[in-house]
Amino acid sequence: MRLDYPANIKIILVPCTGKVDVVHLLRAIQKGADGAYCVGCLEGSCHYNEGNLRCRERVNHVRDLLEEVGIEGDRVRMYNLSSGEGPTFAQYATEMTEHIKKLGPNPLNTKLKN
Amino acid sequence: MISPKLVEVGRHTNIELITCSEVKDVEGDPGNFAVTLSNHPRYIDPVKCTGCGECARHCPVTAVNGYNLKLDDRRATYIEYAQAVPLAFSIDTDTCIGCGLCENMCIAKAVEYDDTERETRLTVGSVVMAAGSRGFDPSGLDYLGYGRYPNVVTSEEFERILSASGPYFGHLMRPLDREEPKRIAWLQCVGSRDKNRCGNGYCSSVCCMYAVKEAMIAKEHAHGDLDCVVFNMDMRTFGKDYELYYNRAKDKDGVTFLKARIHSVTEVPDRGDLIVKYADDTGRMQEEIFSMVVLSIGLQVQPDAAELAQRLGIELNEYNFVKTDTFAPVTTSRPGFYTCGVLQGPKDIPGSITEASAAAWAAGADLVEGRGTDIPKIEVPEQRDVTQEEPRIGVFVCNCGINIGGIVDVPAVREYAATLPGVAFSDDNLFTCSQDTQDKIKDVITEHRLNRVVVASCSPKTHAAMFMETLEACGLNKYLFEMANIRNQNSWIHSADSDVATQKAKDLVRMSVARAARLRTLNEKVVPINKKALVIGGGIAGMNAAIGLGDQGFETVLLERESELGGFARNLHHTIEGGDIQAYVNETVDKVNAHDKVEVITKARITGAEGFKGSFSTEIEMGEAKEKRAIDHGVILVATGANEYQPTEFLYGEDDRVVTQVELTDRLHDKGASDLDAVVMIQCVGSRNEEHENCSRICCQSAVKNALEIKKQSPDTQVFVLYRDIRTYGLLEDYYTEAREKGVIFIRFDKDTPPRVTAEADALRVTVKDHILQQDVEIRTDLLALSAGLRAADTDDVSSIMKFNRNPEGYFIEAHVKLRPVDMPSEGVFLCGTAHGPKLITETIAQAQAAASRATTFLAKDAIKLSAITAKVDTEHCVKCLTCVRSCPFGVPQFNTEKMEIEINEALCHGCGVCTAVCPRQVIGLSFYEDDQLMCKIDALLDAEVV
Repeated sequence: MRLDYPANIKIILVPCTGKVDVVHLLRAIQKGADGAYCVGCLEGSCHYNEGNLRCRERVNHVRDLLEEVGIEGDRVRMYNLSSGEGPTFAQYATEMTEHIKKLGPNPLNTKLKN
Repeated sequence: MISPKLVEVGRHTNIELITCSEVKDVEGDPGNFAVTLSNHPRYIDPVKCTGCGECARHCPVTAVNGYNLKLDDRRATYIEYAQAVPLAFSIDTDTCIGCGLCENMCIAKAVEYDDTERETRLTVGSVVMAAGSRGFDPSGLDYLGYGRYPNVVTSEEFERILSASGPYFGHLMRPLDREEPKRIAWLQCVGSRDKNRCGNGYCSSVCCMYAVKEAMIAKEHAHGDLDCVVFNMDMRTFGKDYELYYNRAKDKDGVTFLKARIHSVTEVPDRGDLIVKYADDTGRMQEEIFSMVVLSIGLQVQPDAAELAQRLGIELNEYNFVKTDTFAPVTTSRPGFYTCGVLQGPKDIPGSITEASAAAWAAGADLVEGRGTDIPKIEVPEQRDVTQEEPRIGVFVCNCGINIGGIVDVPAVREYAATLPGVAFSDDNLFTCSQDTQDKIKDVITEHRLNRVVVASCSPKTHAAMFMETLEACGLNKYLFEMANIRNQNSWIHSADSDVATQKAKDLVRMSVARAARLRTLNEKVVPINKKALVIGGGIAGMNAAIGLGDQGFETVLLERESELGGFARNLHHTIEGGDIQAYVNETVDKVNAHDKVEVITKARITGAEGFKGSFSTEIEMGEAKEKRAIDHGVILVATGANEYQPTEFLYGEDDRVVTQVELTDRLHDKGASDLDAVVMIQCVGSRNEEHENCSRICCQSAVKNALEIKKQSPDTQVFVLYRDIRTYGLLEDYYTEAREKGVIFIRFDKDTPPRVTAEADALRVTVKDHILQQDVEIRTDLLALSAGLRAADTDDVSSIMKFNRNPEGYFIEAHVKLRPVDMPSEGVFLCGTAHGPKLITETIAQAQAAASRATTFLAKDAIKLSAITAKVDTEHCVKCLTCVRSCPFGVPQFNTEKMEIEINEALCHGCGVCTAVCPRQVIGLSFYEDDQLMCKIDALLDAEVV
């Protein structure tokens, strides 16, 4: 479909969002990513039954952890769509980028640079 | 949903795909048919075409896009849709102006303007006719305004409108002004159940469900409140769990369902809104205004498909569906020819898929002797052991013609790749997927002793399997491969800024190289297959499955709990078509008993089970003496059946004038109907209520069948059928029509106001509220027949011992409701008959043959390769907290009480990785997606950015 979305999005392939661990998301933020998000199947139609629901729980957990250490939890998000929804994927990518731009750079990054 | 299947068909080594072709003639006999094909020119060589799409991008011609049902445009050089198989373009010469631009743009040199019509011949042993159907064209139905009012669309067009890849990119809009509709009406039975206006007397079976679905999805897509009204005669949601979906739409999502007859659709001048005029439930005329009207068009065999069938000598029925016998659902009138799907009769996706497997079974059963003789064999060289070597990574950057190279600075990416740690070689190619590049990659791997390969090109979904085969072909383990998608995830979407795209390509390549260095050799475990089958249940489904497997040449054990075979069908007399069920059951019992490959064990009980696909072991007790025996087998077919519900309603059991439909059949068989003045039937007894929400599918036709039998035996006997929705789907509709013509009276009642029955000395008094008269009607009757639904057989033992899951109603759960209706979630286990859900005998036989077919695909192999992408536990560091046991969606991790450790059977693991993420000690790894293999990508991406 060749739909534009911001180039700052880089995708890491996992077999199921149920494979995404808290440490993966934390590592991304720790290493300076301004945001990280998981894109899973629509709720109720996970290819592996419920991996996407587990991922949502973990994303929520990571959000809480980040808030505890003073980083905006909303830098980490969970989205759902089906594989036929290219436009929705592009929309989420744009939405996430706009959202992160509003939040500004990862505070860990600014600290590192100073 | 369909694309994995497309890819599978396209890549299957035993399937030769011939597109753009038509069958001209088939001569010969079963086992040896000569097929003559007309191969139409496509003007682009599908072998050379890489599907890059440059030709279409430069084509100056605009043509109407048939794929989106003329709702938008395409080029003259086109591909129908992005997931098409083969992924090759073609030229529509009706619109092409012959400018030559596409030929000039095509770097793969695939365009062939001088391509011509050819004729080719094939030799085959069996033929399956699956020409399907098209939606009914409502242009001829004047009163609906289709073709005259832009906002009247067919359901097929509405599907495209809702689709993300459709003309409006999934935005809910109406064609006239691209406004979002506020109210949408669905008009059911357009081109179905209507002999007067279109000649299609049958019900199309699928429109009720798709209308419910479209209404629900439209509501999801709408930004504001969307009012959805489905105008119908009967809602026919008779499939497995369909009623639950219908109830959800009605009760939770606020879709309105109105019983109505449509008078006309007219347009409000200048606004594009539509006035739907209809007769309501009570017969009064009503009018409502909608922003859009969707015509739920029925299924119809296309004239060219009918013409082809006739040319090949296949008998058709009056509606042009292929004629088949009740007891041989996929066999056509011409020996060696089989059929499936809507060409055989209207049906939904699970029904079509089931029949497709049944047709594959029938086609294969004729050719058992030749199995495996005409298929290509692939030789794989011995694997090179690279486990002790330092990573030597080869990076191949693809230009994809100009798809990548036109935007990304590919030479710069190639040079950058060479600087990355572990990279021993890097190159760029015009098309990395072309055959000559594959050969080049093989040479380079050997020459430079590469032990990891990264291809930076397109999507692993379409291309990874091919590159992995290339690795295997030169002795490198196929899991030492990684792809960076620098086209779909980069050049295609960042085409406006070449620098940004080049930088991102470098980032993606750096991430992939980091992961490649950490990839490990993985070997797919090979498990031998025990070529024996176990069939559980000896009713019509089980017997047909056993015969089906026996005919395919596999030893089969058929277990029956009772002392004789036959199951519930023993209680039935004839099918609605007139097929003699008792004769069929006896014949089938004899056949299965006489089959030299089938061993029948009656009075059998399952007491223990273990193993997995290819090697199961089941313990049983058999006979009066409960003799113990262990059976080793490679597959399991579950056919435990169902029984008629024993009602507690309407004085059943208290008054012997109240019977079930099965009992009524017995009575008609034994005593006839001449002594009866009146018979009342009540539908949906024990179905579609609070405790049993689903429809039992078969009861409407049972009632119609018995009503017709009564009218046949005693035309003066009055028959009343009290119903909620008559669900005589498919060709059964003709019998419903016949019953009305013969004077059977159908009275609809609401779920909330069920009929009341009182017993009097000389008759039963049934009171029901008639919806037209809007008042109570009293019927005095000699006999009350309850259409009691089906109940799954008691399978507590099978379910708990063999660990097969059932739904709340006791029916076994299939692997995928739509796409895998005869497979169970555990591999090597298949399901058929009423153990899966209520169904007719014809449908049961088709599913039994389908289960035999699916099992055959398994048993035909000597061994299976298990996926190497499975979870593994480090038992030394495991604290046995059982979190993985609780979390696995498939119940795979088990605690072995002898060894006192967690075991994950790689034959059962689906490779989702849920357990690896929940393990608090992180001692479970998922091969190919190990934590270090994911983490290094994050690090590789971000370390460089911070620096």
